[in-house]
Amino acid sequence: MTGEPLLKVQAVETYYGNIRALSGVDVDVHKGEIVSLIGANGAGKSTLMMTICGSPQARTGQVIFDGEDITRLPTHLIARKRIAQSPEGRRIFPRMTVYENLQMGAGLDNLKYFNEDVEKIFTLFPRLKERQSQRGGTLSGGEQQMLSIGRALMARPKLLLLDEPSLGLAPLIVKGIFEAIKKLNKEEGLTVFLVEQNAFAALKLSDRGYVMVNGKVTMSGTGKELLINPEVRAAYLEGGRH
Amino acid sequence: MEYFIQQLANGLTLGSIYGLVAIGYTMVYGIIGMINFAHGDIFMLGGFAALIVFLILTTFFAGIPVALALLVMLIVAMLMTGLWNWTIERIAYRPLRGSFRLAPLITAIGMSIVLSNFIQVTQGPRNKPIPPLVTEVYHIGNITISLKQILIVVITSILLFAFWYIVNKTPLGRAQRATEQDRKMAALLGVDVDKTISITFIMGAALAAVAGSMYLMYYGVASFNDGFIPGVKAFTAAVLGGIGSLPGAVLGGLLIGLIESLWSAYFSIAYKDVATFAILAIVLIFKPTGILGRPEVEKV
Ligand SMILES: Nc1ncnc2c1ncn2[C@@H]1O[C@H](COP(=O)(O)OP(=O)(O)O)[C@@H](O)[C@H]1O
Ligand SMILES: [Mg+2]
Repeated sequence: MTGEPLLKVQAVETYYGNIRALSGVDVDVHKGEIVSLIGANGAGKSTLMMTICGSPQARTGQVIFDGEDITRLPTHLIARKRIAQSPEGRRIFPRMTVYENLQMGAGLDNLKYFNEDVEKIFTLFPRLKERQSQRGGTLSGGEQQMLSIGRALMARPKLLLLDEPSLGLAPLIVKGIFEAIKKLNKEEGLTVFLVEQNAFAALKLSDRGYVMVNGKVTMSGTGKELLINPEVRAAYLEGGRH
Repeated sequence: MEYFIQQLANGLTLGSIYGLVAIGYTMVYGIIGMINFAHGDIFMLGGFAALIVFLILTTFFAGIPVALALLVMLIVAMLMTGLWNWTIERIAYRPLRGSFRLAPLITAIGMSIVLSNFIQVTQGPRNKPIPPLVTEVYHIGNITISLKQILIVVITSILLFAFWYIVNKTPLGRAQRATEQDRKMAALLGVDVDKTISITFIMGAALAAVAGSMYLMYYGVASFNDGFIPGVKAFTAAVLGGIGSLPGAVLGGLLIGLIESLWSAYFSIAYKDVATFAILAIVLIFKPTGILGRPEVEKV
């Protein structure tokens, strides 16, 4: 990869109180790439996703987006740079309808492109169309995941962050969601940085990947390289879900 | 029967005022989980703002039409009180956000004392009367309804509608509800959470200012102490209706107003406040989250 990356995470350290969750993380994501981050539970993957969005902020190091240092920006201003996240736990607004949740995603443009974009989301996830006037809290896990991704997409992101989009979902739904991500990347050039427990599917989908252990990136490479790497296979693939 | 209807009308009037104040308690609770004990004093402050505006108008613009005077009084009171509450949130509550739960509560109680003492010192401890503003009354059989009462109920209804519209149909309202339901997620979607909370305080204060102005118009006096008993009753209304619920605040306000006037009419006026709080206690025993409150189980 040449040229300036769209997202550059540089020597980032993030703390929860006195506990260090990230210790010197470097990650690059280039425009148009799908990059995945894999690692065991508690490795710090979600912390990195949230640090990119400034909540919590990195104590040291830098997050550079589109050539601009965003490390110290408040979260809502980072969002306005068009970094959208479908965070861990999905965080659907439970007492808003599906439709309103999607409207929240389109808030940056004051709903200017809402009608146009919501149709795309409904084509991508027809289930959401059927459920549009239902309250978010009453959706099934898979539907909430679709809504969370759909809501992030409504922001017309330059960078989409997905934290475990497959968590707790049936294989068929996971397949659908991964296909949707691939399609958006291919057809619209959407840049995606995703965290996955399902390392096999994630690496297969991705241009490149990073492996995180205990708050540090220990390995990186193309998706293919990581898929055949014996250490990765032993730790995250063999015996894991395929 | 006529007597009953008469009391119903009185209760409705009073209940409208409590309901408007209760909304401020319930909104702030909803959005930052804090009981803003100073909100009763914001209501009192609104009454004084209206009083001062009214005196200025009638002194310097004698002969101004009453309707115009009322309108100016309401608008200026809303703006002034909104500014007060914005300032209070900014300097006294926001720095404590994220500290332990009791800190903002204690600060709010302190703020309540500061506000009532401030008015006591600057405006004097006595009741401040204003000349009767709207004096027309209508008789239907033996029932007497004053124009004041009609005005109060009509203004309240208009405000409630406007308010309902803002909260449910506008981007601002969506941002408020999003902030209430998941503050971090709202920020991730570009909502300026601090600004949204500020606006919530301003909106609550504006409604309280209208309530304060109407209370002044209804009883014809303002006192530095008005934040206390009426304030506590509005708070009770919010709890009775289910704190955090906007329709609950209105319903609670109306119920408290009705209980108060019906109890005074049929039983003993001296015990009307006891009756109000007894009913609150009974409702909370059977429905701890209030009439329209939602149980705390819906967490995703
Ligand atoms: N809000 C928090 N407060 C304190 N510690 C946290 C918090 N969130 C995560 N941690 C800790 O930070 C470490 C990394 O967690 P996380 O980023 O959630 O890991 P992953 O997403 O890779 O499972 C873990 O040790 C976790 O216990
Ligand atoms: Mg995680």
